[in-house]
Amino acid sequence: MSDHDYTPKSKVGKWFNDRLPLLSLANHLTDYPTPKNLNYWWTFGGILTFCLITQIVTGLTLAMHYIAHADMAFESVEHIMRDVNYGWLIRYIHANGASMFFLAVYIHIFRSLFYGSYKSPREVIWIIGIIIYLLMMAAAFMGYVLPWGQMSFWGATVITNLFSAIPLVGEGIVTWLWGGYSVDNPTLTRFFTLHYLLPFLILGLVVLHIWALHVPGNNNPVGIDIKKPSKDTVPFHPYIVIKDGFALLMFMIVFAFFVFYTPNILGHADNYIEADPLVTPAHIVPEWYLLPFYAILRSVPDKLMGVVAMLSAILILAALPWLDTSKIRSAVFRPLYKQFYWILVADVLILGYVGAMPAEGLYLLIARVATAYYFIHFLIILPVLGFKEKTIPLPLSITEPVLGGSPMASAVKKKESLN
Amino acid sequence: MSEKKPKRRDFLFTATYAVGAVGVGAVVWPMVDQMNPDASVKALASTEVDVSSVKPGKTITVLWRGKPVFIRRRTSEEITEARSVKMEDLKHPEKDEDRAKDPEWLVMLGVCTHLGCVPLNDRGDYDGWFCPCHGSHYDTSGRIRKGPAPLNMEVPKYEFVNTNTIKIG
Repeated sequence: MSDHDYTPKSKVGKWFNDRLPLLSLANHLTDYPTPKNLNYWWTFGGILTFCLITQIVTGLTLAMHYIAHADMAFESVEHIMRDVNYGWLIRYIHANGASMFFLAVYIHIFRSLFYGSYKSPREVIWIIGIIIYLLMMAAAFMGYVLPWGQMSFWGATVITNLFSAIPLVGEGIVTWLWGGYSVDNPTLTRFFTLHYLLPFLILGLVVLHIWALHVPGNNNPVGIDIKKPSKDTVPFHPYIVIKDGFALLMFMIVFAFFVFYTPNILGHADNYIEADPLVTPAHIVPEWYLLPFYAILRSVPDKLMGVVAMLSAILILAALPWLDTSKIRSAVFRPLYKQFYWILVADVLILGYVGAMPAEGLYLLIARVATAYYFIHFLIILPVLGFKEKTIPLPLSITEPVLGGSPMASAVKKKESLN
Repeated sequence: MSEKKPKRRDFLFTATYAVGAVGVGAVVWPMVDQMNPDASVKALASTEVDVSSVKPGKTITVLWRGKPVFIRRRTSEEITEARSVKMEDLKHPEKDEDRAKDPEWLVMLGVCTHLGCVPLNDRGDYDGWFCPCHGSHYDTSGRIRKGPAPLNMEVPKYEFVNTNTIKIG
């Protein structure tokens, strides 16, 4: 943290800072040199922090009224909706907040993919991010079980049964996860405990994520290394704080739209029916943010291989810094990668769509093609592209394309403005 | 570097680690095992069902250990269909004779062996059950014929206490 020497002005401040350098930390965070060409795609880190805090605060308040028991959970959620003062508001913020959290995290991840933020020297930031993403999925899944509706119950049954695909020990693991012979009260109480725990683990990992970020500093739309601090940087406060704050306001408008105008559009009507272990809903669908992985699971006709494919689809991201062999970070200077990037975006959206449709006929065929392409992108296209692609020359600094002096100045400037 | 002879101190280190590992294990295991089914869950191990009102061609569903159990009184066509299937056509070869002790009564867990949904009665391409979740088809013996499920629906331990009562578990 010793970027520069800092001494608090006041005597008390100096006395305290010598004993616990919190003021030095605050100074580091406000003065932190940031590339001055960061665009709005870079504001989602701040937005995600807001989402996490929102989920923790609304979650804590909901936990004051919720009862984690198979006989009472469903009713206690209705009690929150009808009787608790502003309970409806807090619950709708929490439920839609999960969706907003994933919306922001997907934009954050795809920003990283476009600008090559996962590449050296930022691999550790990236891997911590993937772990956060995995914990987010676990937290979201367990949170969805707590209202104890039909989708809660059967979603929990299907997802926990994924572990039964493990040879030999699978059944034992599933029984252990359930605490019984089916999803029941012991399952609900432990899911509640873990759902409460995970956000705090995520919070800890977010601190590590930001710490790891502050070692090399931010990547930027041009993707070249910059000297810090220099003419290419601005201090985090007030420049980035204001920009992040503005983006956050825009994001909150979208958030508020869902909470106040269509609070249930992202959920399933079936979850307003209390859990019934004797009746499976006609069409089980996970929440929208898990659909692409669900499509991958269903596109493989073998149980174990389906589970393996689904997990690999997530874990393959952790290997991305080594699968992408190109030294050039930003897609702005990689004409071929840029095209494959958009094909991948389309591929994931298609997987999400077919994941919501029944697994039969044409949908199944599309799901299989899209699943195959997903893996081809990471395992074949990216490694090969690094060697074959003819990239556009990089500017010497992020200021150069703006102020002139580079042969590609106009092209770079035009492309930057498009992003 | 020459080979060093183990000293008294090395022995002490190794012994300390070993005792420490046993201690950690002794603390971790109760923390892990507390999540397994408890005594009250295990106590609900068996259920008796009166099947006198079930007509041929009908299925009743009862709850046993939190899971649905299908009890179907099969028609003679269904029994013939189940018994005439060649073993090589089956993904999980099991004779119908081994699954239904009394051919008229088929008792099995109504749990799809894919990911645990409850299949629907009288549906699917094989006149048996169809799982709506991921499209597994089961025949009139509850054997998997088509779709992602790897195994036949499980036949639990059961017995006829008398002609009208089945004890499951």
